[in-house]
Amino acid sequence: MAFGTRPTLAERWRKLTTRGDAELVPQARLSGPMPWVIAIMVALTVIAAAAGLSLANTASAASDELAGGVTVQVIEANPAERDRQAAAAAETLRRTPGVIEAHVVSQDEVERLVEPWLGAGAGSGDDGIPIPALVDARMRDRVDGEALGGLRRILRQVAPAARIDAQSSWLEPVFSAIESLQWLAAALVALLALAMTSAVLLAVRNALGANRDTIEIVHLLGGTDTQIARIFQRSIGYDAAGGGAVGLALGLVVVLFLGRRFTGLGAGLVDAGALGWIDWLLLAMIPLAGVALAMLTARLTVIRTLGRML
Amino acid sequence: MTSANDGEIVQFDNVGLRYGTDREVLSDVSFTLYPGSFYFLTGASGAGKTSLLKLLYLAQRPSRGAIRMFGSDVITMPRARLPLLRRRLGVVFQDFRLVPHLSAFDNVALPLRVAGAAERDLAKPVADMLEWVGLTERMHAQPAQLSGGEQQRVAIARAVIARPEMLVADEPTGNVDPDMAIKLLRLFEALNRLGTTVVVATHDVHLLKKVPDSLIMRLDKGRLSDPTGALRYPPRRPFMRGG
Repeated sequence: MAFGTRPTLAERWRKLTTRGDAELVPQARLSGPMPWVIAIMVALTVIAAAAGLSLANTASAASDELAGGVTVQVIEANPAERDRQAAAAAETLRRTPGVIEAHVVSQDEVERLVEPWLGAGAGSGDDGIPIPALVDARMRDRVDGEALGGLRRILRQVAPAARIDAQSSWLEPVFSAIESLQWLAAALVALLALAMTSAVLLAVRNALGANRDTIEIVHLLGGTDTQIARIFQRSIGYDAAGGGAVGLALGLVVVLFLGRRFTGLGAGLVDAGALGWIDWLLLAMIPLAGVALAMLTARLTVIRTLGRML
Repeated sequence: MTSANDGEIVQFDNVGLRYGTDREVLSDVSFTLYPGSFYFLTGASGAGKTSLLKLLYLAQRPSRGAIRMFGSDVITMPRARLPLLRRRLGVVFQDFRLVPHLSAFDNVALPLRVAGAAERDLAKPVADMLEWVGLTERMHAQPAQLSGGEQQRVAIARAVIARPEMLVADEPTGNVDPDMAIKLLRLFEALNRLGTTVVVATHDVHLLKKVPDSLIMRLDKGRLSDPTGALRYPPRRPFMRGG
């Protein structure tokens, strides 16, 4: 701001938010496309992080739901014997310690489950395909191999045609895929942080080059490295804050839009991936982390460059 | 090796300076500057005046030799302490080195801002200084809008605004008319009377006569000649008088 003139609104804002040393380097030279680059980086980071968090929620919810689940199939061609063994298995399971509940899945429901593959009414009638009876049981704790072995021994007495499986084992490949996607999202976030750091590094180097004479003068007048670094880190901080806010808004719009689309699918597993308030808080912190990263990069770059001067 | 003395403000001992692998631009330079003295540094173009001044205003380290300033060894001094030493100096650069995007006012205020002065404390001293160098009307102008002489006056105002203990000026009157040159020398003299050590590099021999109590150092092909014994320790003062 020139002495004795009426300050503009922008100058008043700068005066409120900066000290005199910020006047030393023209802001425009440092800014340029930087806020937009940061906005894009933050938007992509928010989307990648939201995807990662959503996948984590999905995996966690599915894992919790299936952890104690046990399915018993009674594979017996004789319908009467099949129903008897299924009922006996359910009754035995209900009396077994550690089992919260156990019930025979109705034949109608089982037929609906296999309908996409075998067609409607595949198990009905005299010439129907013998479809196993199912018993759905839930245990208090996670089902491991030892628990499964114990249940097998118990059921062998009352339902010799029973085959027992932990529900979580069916979805093991899905969990594995979800975990891979989570790692991919984390890697994307890390790569984007790296890209933003590189962009800030280039911007600061350019600004240092463009303002080399000014920096030398300030240096020779007794300006410290920290003082000069503060000018750049503050300037890049404003760029990062502005870009970060825009990027966060863009990212959240995309996340909310995708969230609505997935909710519309009505699939249980997808619904379980909904973001909680901690997730939203984490997403909101991404621009803050971006500002901190950008300012730290600027500070270290400037101090390192100035270190080469006497 | 010259012995240290509390009264010395600067002490050079067998200082040599070379850029890269070229020959030395300064060789075996030894001298002592005392507080409150007024020195002219003379010599033909290319004699090494600007290089010697660069060592004086801490823009350059020597290739060899020892330099003490304000009682500290600047060769072994940690880099982080140099800014505080620089703030005790005022420098008028030959090419002015004004910050192009700042007004005359902000350029003159720069040393005060760097030293951490509050904004409210800047207006009066800077306005007074600009008035002294006759640039009150031009305080809002940026360097590109100022003539060479006006830029030089801004550079001088900037160098003296913080009342430095030592003022180093490289051809400070090179771009101003004779009247302004005399006026600027009077400013330097006034500062000198207040206790500031002044070192003015010039190739204008007429200027030397304008400051009666000045001491003269002459550089010739990178070597400091001492025809009058002016630089020896203890000094025989005054060793050379202008005028």
